[in-house]
Amino acid sequence: MDFPYIVEPRRDTGLYNAKLGIWLFLASEVMLFGALFSAYVLLRVGAEPGMWPHGWLNVYIGTANTIVLITSSITTVMAWVSCKLRQYRRFKFFHALTIVLAMTFVCIKSYEYHDKFTHYEITLANGKFADGHLVERSKDFDLAKKTGRVTIHGHEVDHEVELMDMQRPEARHIQREELTIPATDIKKMERYGPWHHTYLAIYFTLTALHAFHVICGALVIGFLWGPGSRMWHTDPERFTNRIEVSGLFWHFVDLIWIFLFPVLYLL
Amino acid sequence: MEKMVHTFPPYRGHEARHGQPEHHDPGFWRTWIFSPDHKVIGIQYGLTSLCFMLFGFFLMLLMRWQISKPGVPIPVFGPLLEKVLGQAAANGALSPDLYNSFGAMHGTIMVFLAVVPLAFVAFSNFVLPLQIGAPDMAFPRLNMASYQAFVIGGVIMLTSFFIPGGAAQAGWTSYSPLATMIPTDGQIFWLAGMVFIITSGLLSAVNFIATVIQLRAPGMTWMRLPFFVWAQFVTSFLILLAFPPLEAAAVMQLMDKVAHTSFFLPTGLAVGGQLANVSGGGSPLLWQHLFWFLGHPEVYVLILPAMGIVCEIIANNTRKPIWGYKSLVYSALAIGFLSFLVWAHHMYLTGMGTKVAVFFQTTTMIISIPSVIILTCFFISLWGSSIRFNTPMLFALAFLPMFGIGGLTGLPLGFNISDVHLHDTYYIIAHFHYVVAPGTIFALFAGIYYWFPKMTGRMMNEFWGRVHFWGSLIFMNVIFMPMFAQGMAGMLRRMADGGANYSAAVNSRAGADVIGGLSNNIMALHTWILWGACVLGLVQIPFIINLFWSIKHGKKVDSDNPWDATTLEWQTATPPPHTNFPVTPRVYRGPYEYSVPGHDRDFTPQNEPPK
Repeated sequence: MDFPYIVEPRRDTGLYNAKLGIWLFLASEVMLFGALFSAYVLLRVGAEPGMWPHGWLNVYIGTANTIVLITSSITTVMAWVSCKLRQYRRFKFFHALTIVLAMTFVCIKSYEYHDKFTHYEITLANGKFADGHLVERSKDFDLAKKTGRVTIHGHEVDHEVELMDMQRPEARHIQREELTIPATDIKKMERYGPWHHTYLAIYFTLTALHAFHVICGALVIGFLWGPGSRMWHTDPERFTNRIEVSGLFWHFVDLIWIFLFPVLYLL
Repeated sequence: MEKMVHTFPPYRGHEARHGQPEHHDPGFWRTWIFSPDHKVIGIQYGLTSLCFMLFGFFLMLLMRWQISKPGVPIPVFGPLLEKVLGQAAANGALSPDLYNSFGAMHGTIMVFLAVVPLAFVAFSNFVLPLQIGAPDMAFPRLNMASYQAFVIGGVIMLTSFFIPGGAAQAGWTSYSPLATMIPTDGQIFWLAGMVFIITSGLLSAVNFIATVIQLRAPGMTWMRLPFFVWAQFVTSFLILLAFPPLEAAAVMQLMDKVAHTSFFLPTGLAVGGQLANVSGGGSPLLWQHLFWFLGHPEVYVLILPAMGIVCEIIANNTRKPIWGYKSLVYSALAIGFLSFLVWAHHMYLTGMGTKVAVFFQTTTMIISIPSVIILTCFFISLWGSSIRFNTPMLFALAFLPMFGIGGLTGLPLGFNISDVHLHDTYYIIAHFHYVVAPGTIFALFAGIYYWFPKMTGRMMNEFWGRVHFWGSLIFMNVIFMPMFAQGMAGMLRRMADGGANYSAAVNSRAGADVIGGLSNNIMALHTWILWGACVLGLVQIPFIINLFWSIKHGKKVDSDNPWDATTLEWQTATPPPHTNFPVTPRVYRGPYEYSVPGHDRDFTPQNEPPK
């Protein structure tokens, strides 16, 4: 008995097996990210007034990353079209671009992560808050023993609420300078990690899960570009189907980002 | 068609493209362990999940001893437990912590590692491609990966018993903040295990849906599918769409545990009298919503496959077309759709608000309608038929009243007023166990006895099958019926001492039988249940021996179709060869053409051409 519809579509559904499979898988992915987006909504609605942050992320970097990812979607389509037109070398060129763009995206994303992990909010002993990026720590700096001092590049505010909205007009005029704070003045010092605020928790969870998808997608596309492309010479139609299916996944990953970008950066 | 048995080397024969068997033996590992063949994977899933079921049952026996005789060392197993788990089982008795962890793991193992993989994955793996006339699943290697992910998840769950602090203790529902704030690592293992188990479920669901849509044999139109296929098809969609939110929730709880986020931890959370060092701002209700968004469709994941199995067996043994085939199909679809709209009826007591409760109470009442339609169709099918009472049929028949009891006792839980009284008591334990234990598990037993001849070419012993059946039926009821009484009397479900402290405190002040206290009669039922559970364990021994003994020594089947069935899985060799059918079958008729007037036999296989 032959195994049907691996390459040619079934007549009543118009699909070959793998294409239906990837669509079903994407349906489950929609539910996965949908649950996380609804978590975002609930956390944001449940936040205390004024305590949901705005403008904590750099919109220019986010825009750049959006452009990178959308471009990679275009090259993915071009790679598939090249396969359909039986132009193997063009396929190789376009998918090489896709992989480079994917890696660019991950690099930019890790720079953003790094930026958050060097950003500190310091609760001062006098009840004020200092906030900024770490410049240096003195060698004997130890918060538990209250020795040494820390230097950050940032500013000082009276209330924590003032650190939340970085999109308001006045926030543009904040003067940032190097502040050196002795450990004796510090009550609590916390990085902008996922533990700092539920906004950062959902930001890191969503973007890390998305980055995981980007990396997995890049690995699959990399496989099809490299060792997997041998199938081109034996069964080009089936290989083209593989490019299409992996491309569908890639478009989905882009689509998730297109939702993530406004939700996390702009709103 | 004369009766005959086709012989192929079981699960090894490889059918070449032009019908000439290719002699090609892939060896033991390729045949039984790393096989992409759907029938082998079905058997792998079946045996693994039966082992998990036995293990989950043992956990429960130990807990029942602790409930009935708190602090008394467990005979035989107590010293063994102490040796393995140390302080948690000091003196051979369960500590409350260990009781909690056994409770959490009993639920987790039974639901995610025993019943779902057996009812959904094992049965549909073996039967579904055969019933639709497909050569295999649409993605055989994905299927293999699904089983491997399942095993990894199971191993992680089992390993967690032996880490310091033991397995997860926060119940199978793992409500935050409790689950997050228990200072041991059991919950991390639980979450990691769940991620693997969910992944395995998703891979299977994608595979089943694609198989049903793409690989139906020519002529197998939607309304000619056996009801079993329909039930598994709907179940696949439930898994596909309901499991990912739990995966997301598991990721978030894992972040809470590992990265110290506050997804489910509210502002001002106090632990042990101290303000917890968390950023706060999270929502405990969010976990419950996400959990039950899976949890309620999950209930139908447990029950729909059982209904599918029962339907096949009833049609076969009443020798009549099933009554209301279309109603069954549309009811299954309605259940599938509605099951996504009822989840918050588990949360009436969380303070989510009465308006929300009214909505979910309404949808809950509506979803009982298609369930009743399905059960009614089965009952009407029995009417006026000359029933063949073999072991599979006995189990299938017992499923009907048992599931009926489980379903009808759910109605008071679905109304939020009466649920206030019954919530978190033994009543609800009795309710959902009636649905799953004498309900679904009976259907699974029926399915095992029914399809065993197709898997092995031999019948299971009928006499010991009956011993197994009557013993199980009686003692399931001995165990679960008293729990309704206990629950209505106010016995809470999670007390490690079975309510001894609780009832003693009240009895000393105001005498027995006060509202809120537990009378001695109610407490005495614990002993009754304990011995019931022990005997239930004993009557499973004939089944276990029968299952393995019959593989080699059972009575040989005298044809490929020993039950005279109409569906396609019986119209091929026994056991079916690697690609199932020598040539693609062609389907000419519906699935249940039994006793058609004017035919010389009382069954007409789906692939029999019209004369």
